Amino acid sequence: MNLTLKIWRQKNAKESGSFATYQVSDISPDMSFLEMMDVLNEQLIAKGVEPVVFDHDCREGICGMCSMFINGEAHGPDRGVTTCQLHMRKFKDGDTITIEPWRAQAFPVVRDLMVDRSAFDRIIQAGGYISVNTMGNLPDANATPIEKHDADAAFDAATCIGCGACVATCKNASAMLFVSAKVSQLALLPQGQVEAADRVRNMVHQMDLEGFGNCTNTGACEVECPKGISIENIARMNREFLKASITA
Amino acid sequence: MASQRGLFGSSLARKYWMALSGLFLISFLVVHLLGNLAIVFGTGEDFNAYAAFMTSFPPIKIVSYLLYASIVLHAADGIVLARQNRAARPVAYGEYNGAANAGWASRNMALLGIFTLLFILVHMKSFWYEMHFGTLGLDANGNKDLFTITTAAFEQVWYTAFYVVAMISLGFHLWHGFQSAFQTMGWTHPTYTPMVQFVGRTFAVVVCGAFALIPLYVLISPNV
Repeated sequence: MNLTLKIWRQKNAKESGSFATYQVSDISPDMSFLEMMDVLNEQLIAKGVEPVVFDHDCREGICGMCSMFINGEAHGPDRGVTTCQLHMRKFKDGDTITIEPWRAQAFPVVRDLMVDRSAFDRIIQAGGYISVNTMGNLPDANATPIEKHDADAAFDAATCIGCGACVATCKNASAMLFVSAKVSQLALLPQGQVEAADRVRNMVHQMDLEGFGNCTNTGACEVECPKGISIENIARMNREFLKASITA
Repeated sequence: MASQRGLFGSSLARKYWMALSGLFLISFLVVHLLGNLAIVFGTGEDFNAYAAFMTSFPPIKIVSYLLYASIVLHAADGIVLARQNRAARPVAYGEYNGAANAGWASRNMALLGIFTLLFILVHMKSFWYEMHFGTLGLDANGNKDLFTITTAAFEQVWYTAFYVVAMISLGFHLWHGFQSAFQTMGWTHPTYTPMVQFVGRTFAVVVCGAFALIPLYVLISPNV
């Protein structure tokens, strides 16, 4: 495959960026999108051009590092995948592909396609954990029966890899899907319920401080989420926050 | 700091107020539409009696102040939220395929809302202001003759056209807004949420459609 790539180049968070156009040739349809980017960078290095900086790590869809807004969609046109799981067969020979970083006030561009997602870390630090005291006699985890439905819903929420596709795709750059998944995975289980009220209030507060937008319930996030996290989690967080605000 | 985490100031709280005021405004549409049907199915006197009742019956007067407050709250809160949303993405995407993952109405709530607000202002000037502060003649029963200025307004093609477009806009606003309010309040359920969605969309089409048909009826019918 021969492709034209329109890629966002930006030196750092302070300078404004712009699109640069590159040609890549001999791309196999069986390559992943990131492998195609590797080929591009090899070609750029050979020509003495600064290679395109992008985030990536595990390349098997579980780390959440690879980002990229491809042809107007987070992680490109495929559903339920990260960029490393996106195959070049989803594109046609001769296509022009637009590649941009996640765009959000809360995700400043580090360089080119790499953004700083530590806003998510600070939201987790605000309450996305349980304060376990491991001293003394702990009950056996399996001794507490948990309804199958709740266990499954908690697990589904916990599959969030924190990639930020929800923020990137949301027209308001809202982080509600991410935050609600992290709230839900704990709120659904007995260990998480002790701190549930403070957790949801502190995490929502931090989310607001980071400058994410508000949820308009468009549902775009759950469509683009590589892990298929449902906006049912957002409804759950709305319930949890309302309950916490009224009772505490 | 603490206040930002509660029912005032936090992003979720602003959404709760949007949802609750929106649902209240939706409930008013039903009452309003029932009155408007008097234009089609009743006489001018029936319509004037309805208008007189709505402006004089004490419990309805109290609710009407709640209604004005809800319009202001819904609009002001919506503007604040929309401005925050714009600020959350200072650099726009070069290419953004919003249609790939979300409906048109859900992506244009602010635009539809602003147009609806504009309509409400024009609408209140035309009828509400005239009813409360204007100099209207009296009908056979001694009620203010709102019917005459209403039908006169609807006889004008441009007014009816504006009215119909506004109702289509409101219809799209409610198409998303009704079920969105339930989602915002966290009132979701595997069985009932699809029903809420169906009811909301049916409501949007039927109620806004009925509102839009009334001025068209007046415009086209030679008897009114």
